[in-house]
Amino acid sequence: MKPARFDYIRTGSLAEAHAALAKDGDDARIIAGGQSLVPMLSMRMARPAVLVDIMHLSELAKIVVKGNAIRVGAGVRQAALLAWPELAERQPLLAAALPWVGHAQTRSRGTVCGSVAHADPSAEIPLALLALKGGVELSSQRERRRVPAEEFFTGLLSTARSDNELIEAIDIPCRTAGHGYAFREFARRHGDFAIVACAAVARADGVRLAIGGVADVPTARDFPDIGGNALDDALDEFAGELEPRDDLHATADYRRALVRRLGRATIEEARRCRV
Amino acid sequence: MPRLSADARHRVRFELNGRAVEGDAEPRMLLTDFLRHDLGMTGTHVGCEHGVCGACTVEIDGVPARACLTLAVQADGAKIRTVEGLAPAPGRLSVLQEAFRRNHALQCGFCTAGILMSLDYYLRHHPDPAEAELRDFLGGHLCRCTGYAPILAAALEAAGKLRETSAHA
Repeated sequence: MKPARFDYIRTGSLAEAHAALAKDGDDARIIAGGQSLVPMLSMRMARPAVLVDIMHLSELAKIVVKGNAIRVGAGVRQAALLAWPELAERQPLLAAALPWVGHAQTRSRGTVCGSVAHADPSAEIPLALLALKGGVELSSQRERRRVPAEEFFTGLLSTARSDNELIEAIDIPCRTAGHGYAFREFARRHGDFAIVACAAVARADGVRLAIGGVADVPTARDFPDIGGNALDDALDEFAGELEPRDDLHATADYRRALVRRLGRATIEEARRCRV
Repeated sequence: MPRLSADARHRVRFELNGRAVEGDAEPRMLLTDFLRHDLGMTGTHVGCEHGVCGACTVEIDGVPARACLTLAVQADGAKIRTVEGLAPAPGRLSVLQEAFRRNHALQCGFCTAGILMSLDYYLRHHPDPAEAELRDFLGGHLCRCTGYAPILAAALEAAGKLRETSAHA
């Protein structure tokens, strides 16, 4: 057995999960699909005293369209969202990004909200959430609040969630008529974490590009409707501000080059997709 | 709300290859170790133990998943299939297993149990798969011997054989 010891609570209701978090605070961790947390436990990078399992709460396993947004509950597995018949029509960017999340064999268990909670800087779902200006619905025994994606990811594997809160759902805006969406990623092997991932939303008057895998958090930038050298220069500047670092997988220079080339290709694809 | 204590072993029951099984596990015990050490089902292999290599892939409630990313206590009440459940009878191989043998789709065999579980699932749900789909699905597995080409050949051959069988049935 590789993980350190922990108590395990299989909650029967959301109220029980809230109560467990209220009692144990930062000693407790929510577990749903476990596809990010269990490796952290096995490597002992996480050593919670108690795991609070919310995977049996059917009320959390719902995908609903509410107003102009898709609300994805904390119990929705990545495979379930990918198989949702309305996905490509409602939000093409999400439909394009999801097949890049891990492998079919991990999407079968891993949840959409779990990936957001884990906040890996190269993960695709946080990136799409940021590009689309979605939000994170947090709840605790005392209150409920919505944090915009832009404020949620605060650092490497850290978020705006308090110790007594859980992610109950995320909301992702549906597609807007006249906007174009594109997602591209470069990794050594399909299914690996991205070396650089790009998500773009093109409008008539400009484009929003979000980059994952480079800085400690996914980062988005809005550009005016520019092309040619002006766009190259703007992407250069953006790549520099992300302060890429050398690591085992790629050098900082290589990452900067990828932001320029892949970023531009993603923007151009999003513009072509505008309808 | 039951709280399972970290220091004790707790009864875990699930269905394994159609049979009810049970054993005792600490909350921190991974399903891989529970299958192998407590239930003696050593067909499921333990590779990287963090979800990357795919050697421990089993079917949990009808979908392929990593046993090393699942706690034994989470599997309580589930339906689990492992490589031991593939062969139709002792001494006989499944169509997919037979195709693996014919095509040299394994050498050391370490990754094979996981790959068989993934492909068995995939062929059941996609009887006429394109090679590209199989490649994508195989992306969740690492094999350091074969170079994957014989595995793809075996999967395509098995798909063809299974289609023939179901057409005649």
